[in-house]
Amino acid sequence: MSRHPNASMRRRDLLKFVGAAGGLAPLAFAGCAMNKIGTPDTARVLVVGGGYGGATAAKYVRLLSDRKIDVVLVEPESAFVSCPLSNLVLGGTRSLDEITRPYSTLSSVHGVRIVRDMVSSVDTAKRTAQLASGAAIRYDKLVLSPGVEMIWDRVDGLKAASASGRILQAWKAGPETTGLRRQLEAMPDGGVFAICIPGAPYRCPPGPYERASLVANYFKSAKPRSKVLILDANEDVTSKGALFKKAWAEQYKGIVEYRPQHVATAVDAASNTVKFEIQDSVRADVLNVLPPMRAGAIAVQTGLANSNARWCNVNFLNFESTAAPHVHVIGDSIQIAALMPKSGHMASSHAKVAAAAIVAELNGWEVDPTPMLTNTCYSFIDDKRTVHVASVHEYVAAERTFKTIAGSGGLSSAPNELEGGYAWNWARTIWADALA
Amino acid sequence: MPILRSRPRPIATLLLLAACGVANAQTTPVQSAEGAAALRTRSLAAQCAQCHGTDGRALPGAEVPGLAGMPAGNFAEQMKAFRSGSRPSSVMQQLSKGFNDAQVDQLARYFASLPAGSKP
Repeated sequence: MSRHPNASMRRRDLLKFVGAAGGLAPLAFAGCAMNKIGTPDTARVLVVGGGYGGATAAKYVRLLSDRKIDVVLVEPESAFVSCPLSNLVLGGTRSLDEITRPYSTLSSVHGVRIVRDMVSSVDTAKRTAQLASGAAIRYDKLVLSPGVEMIWDRVDGLKAASASGRILQAWKAGPETTGLRRQLEAMPDGGVFAICIPGAPYRCPPGPYERASLVANYFKSAKPRSKVLILDANEDVTSKGALFKKAWAEQYKGIVEYRPQHVATAVDAASNTVKFEIQDSVRADVLNVLPPMRAGAIAVQTGLANSNARWCNVNFLNFESTAAPHVHVIGDSIQIAALMPKSGHMASSHAKVAAAAIVAELNGWEVDPTPMLTNTCYSFIDDKRTVHVASVHEYVAAERTFKTIAGSGGLSSAPNELEGGYAWNWARTIWADALA
Repeated sequence: MPILRSRPRPIATLLLLAACGVANAQTTPVQSAEGAAALRTRSLAAQCAQCHGTDGRALPGAEVPGLAGMPAGNFAEQMKAFRSGSRPSSVMQQLSKGFNDAQVDQLARYFASLPAGSKP
């Protein structure tokens, strides 16, 4: 009857929930129903996207409701691959397997129903998500965590160059990560790797600088005559600047060169050349061009990207979209508050605030008026040593936004191996916190 | 199946509730207030879980300690030591400054109430 192994447990939980929740809109038990291809027709809470934000939201709605609220997660991939730490795969010291975790524990341990599919459109008036497979799921609450989409047309020729595999982004960990790694391995000693960084805000502020450092670390031992060129659209390094610059000047002297104010406008895949708004074109042996980014495609298509047509404004108390009721947007897609990075940890923090608010709302309780967010972000300088940035953010009711609490934001004093260990500990723990 | 695609009608709900043997489907205001308060505490504590584990239960062999079952006095003392710098730390020197005394006590009581042990 059902392809889900834990269907009977879910049914029990759902009945319990209907019993406990009483007068609430009783969509939950209808969630037991499956259409003819095995996809549920309805979800009390439907989560779209199984990254740091979506997976955490799915688990925490189950956890914070004591498994009483029915959750369906729609995600096209078979496993979770972490973007944080994926630069170590690019640097050649770790494998993709080491940063991959199964989604199966979300269903086997937490009773989340996982639908391996894509959402092709959302009707926010009818509260229905249409799946690429043709099925539709009706929801009470929708959590959208679609990550980012590249704005391809800002860099002429890039979409085709990317599709052909010639100029990769590898800004979502997976096949492109290994593809870019292969390009680096194939590059002769004495070659140039160039990374183009878009103007902020983009996913993972320190990520490109960490990537440059780890490629330099690889070159230093394997191809010592090679260079890493950082071509940054920003005025200066956007995150952990002093720490990265010190490492480039000392540890990677003669290998890394940083050039600010380089806004990429076009690429030529045949000659592996990138053109800029003002500066001279640059040819490199391996090009990694990151175009400007915006909210994930499904959020844009649904009309939720109401901040400069790029990012989604949300009510920070519950992460509900300001463009559509009952739709909660979390993670990299949102219009951030001041000093709120687009990071995996922050997406997890958004997810927990949104999950708690959804549980409160579905129970008819007041939503927490003083939510808090934490962020911890480690960047590897080489295969063992990291630097961190950490902060705590509180909701300020008068301004209806999150603000960093004074004194809670700060950095490592220098790269160190102790924090390299902590970085792996963070990764293993946050993956388990999202999935297991 | 139209009945499954649309919202169930009230009569169907009543029948279902009756089938579950639910005598009183409504929660009282006191229960609601308690439920909401407990949810807020769990939600606040969840902001520690990315590094210390879900419900404060660290992974086996973790380099960062679990918080579940930690005596409340110990938790509060450590947070204050991180804040003052008397206990050297990496990220906690910053993160500890983000929580006020009332929040630290709230977290300390919550984690102390949980059974100790690492994640199964």
